[in-house]
Amino acid sequence: MKLLKEELNIDFMGKRKLATIFSAILMAVSIVSLATQGLNLGVDFTGGTLVEVGYDKAAGLESIRSDLAASEFGEATVQYFGSASEVLIRVAPREGVNTAEISSSILELLRSDGQVVEMRRVEFVGPQVGEELTEDGGLAMLYALLGILIYVALRFQMRFSIGAIAALVHDVIITMGVFSILQMDFDLTVLAALLAVIGYSLNDTIVVFDRIRENFHKMRKANPIEVMNTSLNQTLSRTIMTSLTTLLVLMSLFLVGGEIIHGFSTALIIGVVIGTYSSIFVASPVTLALGISKEDLMPVEKEGADQDHI
Amino acid sequence: MNRYSSWKYTLILIVLAVGIFYALPNLYGSVPAVQISASSASAEVSELTELQVNIALDDAGIEPVSMELTEGRLTIRFADEETQLRARDALQESLGISYVVALNLAPATPDWLRDLGAEPMFLGLDLRGGVHFLMEVDMQAAVKTSEERYVSEIRTSLRENKVRYKTITRNDEGGLLVRYRDAVQKIDGDKLIDDNYRDLDVVEVVTEEPETHYRLNPDVVKETQKNALQQNITTLRKRVNELGVAEPVIQQQGLKRIVVQLPGVQDTARAKDILGATATLEFRMVDDDHSVQDAIDGPVPAGSRLYNNRSGGQILLKKRVMLTGDSIIDASSGIDQRSGGADVSITLDGKGAKQFSNATRDNVGRRMAVVFIETKTETIKVDGEMVKKRRKIEEVINAATIQEQLGKRFHITGIGSTQEARNLALLLRAGALAAPIEIVEERTVGPSLGKDNITKGFNSVKIGFILVLIFMAIYYRVFGLFADIALTLNLVLIVSLLSLLQATLTLPGIAGIVLTVGMAVDANVLIFERIREEIRNGNSPQTSIHAGYAKAFSTITDANITTLIAALVLFSFGTGPIKGFAVTLSLGIICSMFTAIMVTRALVNLTYGGRKLDKLRI
Repeated sequence: MKLLKEELNIDFMGKRKLATIFSAILMAVSIVSLATQGLNLGVDFTGGTLVEVGYDKAAGLESIRSDLAASEFGEATVQYFGSASEVLIRVAPREGVNTAEISSSILELLRSDGQVVEMRRVEFVGPQVGEELTEDGGLAMLYALLGILIYVALRFQMRFSIGAIAALVHDVIITMGVFSILQMDFDLTVLAALLAVIGYSLNDTIVVFDRIRENFHKMRKANPIEVMNTSLNQTLSRTIMTSLTTLLVLMSLFLVGGEIIHGFSTALIIGVVIGTYSSIFVASPVTLALGISKEDLMPVEKEGADQDHI
Repeated sequence: MNRYSSWKYTLILIVLAVGIFYALPNLYGSVPAVQISASSASAEVSELTELQVNIALDDAGIEPVSMELTEGRLTIRFADEETQLRARDALQESLGISYVVALNLAPATPDWLRDLGAEPMFLGLDLRGGVHFLMEVDMQAAVKTSEERYVSEIRTSLRENKVRYKTITRNDEGGLLVRYRDAVQKIDGDKLIDDNYRDLDVVEVVTEEPETHYRLNPDVVKETQKNALQQNITTLRKRVNELGVAEPVIQQQGLKRIVVQLPGVQDTARAKDILGATATLEFRMVDDDHSVQDAIDGPVPAGSRLYNNRSGGQILLKKRVMLTGDSIIDASSGIDQRSGGADVSITLDGKGAKQFSNATRDNVGRRMAVVFIETKTETIKVDGEMVKKRRKIEEVINAATIQEQLGKRFHITGIGSTQEARNLALLLRAGALAAPIEIVEERTVGPSLGKDNITKGFNSVKIGFILVLIFMAIYYRVFGLFADIALTLNLVLIVSLLSLLQATLTLPGIAGIVLTVGMAVDANVLIFERIREEIRNGNSPQTSIHAGYAKAFSTITDANITTLIAALVLFSFGTGPIKGFAVTLSLGIICSMFTAIMVTRALVNLTYGGRKLDKLRI
């Protein structure tokens, strides 16, 4: 079976202006949203307490809210989690209380009227740990990008490396942008997913670059645009196939993996789609714009190799 | 062409055989078990314990499935949960408090597999349920304690050597200050301290007064903090043992933090109370020579201090400590025969007993107070910043006349409730923390959510896996089937590596496996697309196969190494669950290099190699 015609000749590079505009708009919207309303950071980063409880029947959010408000947790947010019998309660870091004990008092409070309330999950992160996790998360992202920059520069050439990183930054910003616009919970697992997106998108880009390098050697008379177009067309069916299989498993994770893993699978689904697009329409055009030429990829002759030994 | 040498087939078969072998234990699931470990230093789990356990179970009419003694732990497996619970009760009664009898789920791996070191995957807390605490040790408090010890030692030392000093104090921001009567005394004092206390550095301060400033040598500070952390880990370990948890993890993380993981623990409130508690006891004489009211109104007499009484009011105690909680080696709670209230029986170590019996002998007929000391941490807001504040609660729980010389064993009353007596006894048994600790992170997963996570996680692996299998078979036909076989083996290898390394499998870890399933076929897609291309270019099937594998190889390597870089960064950054994701992702990538390239090539070579082909079904 084949998804695409055998001899493809789509002029990807000819549409690079259009793609640039499209990407620029997406990036701009993402950055504006990130700057204005920011990310809906989870307790992992803000610090605070999260309690997930299970009831044996549908729970009334209003009564839980008023119970909490009547006690000392007026500012707590209460929402359903996955189903109507599961409830998620979040409390911001607060003063005057031994913070680790908040979860215990919330459970006690909910159980006080004799209801059967099952503790399903408690997450408490101290303000300092939250700050550290945020910092470490940002650093991890930078280290990953730096490591990749170096590897690609060594294996290919600096211009490719910058092209690849541009595509990755593009993917990460837009994925985060979607999380910001929709105000979805951004927790540690989503951060992990972002790093996986980096890995995935890069995987895609490298495959294309590999072909471009090969074709620069083979198509001696062609100009860089032609080489890139040919390479993109040759790798297109692989790009689509791999994206499809990856999206298949991600959909299965999204649909049956449960509520806890939702943010993670959502980030990956968005990231894989954007990453596939960017490896075609961002990585190669940026490399081209930086002025890649055939000479850049020819093996470098050792300095002085052509000189006679004295 | 397209033939593998026999050593390659052999290698593949060996890897597969080993992989399948170590993945096997995961098929057996787990059975209810009871785990016995020693709770105090005097007890030991040995063959003798095994014998005792056998007798106790026999008496209760319980038939265990198996019994196994490893690393000072006795694991006894039972047929069902009901027997497990009955056995726990019977064993707890028969073995007494020197042993911890904990409920556990033990892997049902057959003996022949276990003998060869094959064990199922180690499930993280988010899959099996339990508590994860990250605790931070208050290092400033550790240094403070050490400085306070120097203050009291120098005081004794100066007094013994007849050096006249005015005061010896500890500065709030750290460091010591010794003030002398005059310059001559200062010379003597300086020499004495310089000779005897190498750990103290003199701080040069311009002053007219006959005084000397000291601070702890930075190396000593570091050493003190290291010791505080180590001692806290030891104490926490003892406390966890007291709680009766099977397979707990207590580990140092960084320079001042400790990770505590308690699988299967439900009552997190009690766990928090016990682990973080700093409660200890001190014994001091009551100062009956001065009136309490005078001390409240005016200056407190030198050598004495005012304390709050738990039953209300204040009481004046001597500053000198007769005995601290450190000397207590055993403690148990009970009911006081006379008053009917809760009490705690205490056993002292040799040194403490001697010290205590001397002190009480000299003070028969006078009153002695038991001071309960606890440090509580609170977070308060100062200028918008969250600041941690520690509050030391010291209250007198009991003051009674010494009737006779006290020795190694005695008991104290005046404790509020039996629960409090039980906790206090536990804390005294396990020893005090060298410095207060605070829980800075908690992640608790209830057992039902853990089970949900396992089911949902494995379902998504199953469904994703089957979808990819079908998709590949339809799209690449025979070659798709080869890729499917490789993908299946890839999963087996990941599972066996996880089992072999005993790396922790978490829910994000399962997500990593799911993602790997989708991405692992990429290598095959690359190869197969390349083969199709070669065929399109008019090459013969055999040449196309060869060229397809050869040309795709460097692409696959490059693509996988970059993903591996991202996974390694994740691993070094990650906290528990995230680490699990990085581990499975990395293992998946490495395994897929082997299965997608070598295994499919072997299958292709076996099917098509060495003969003339007109057409390839790809």
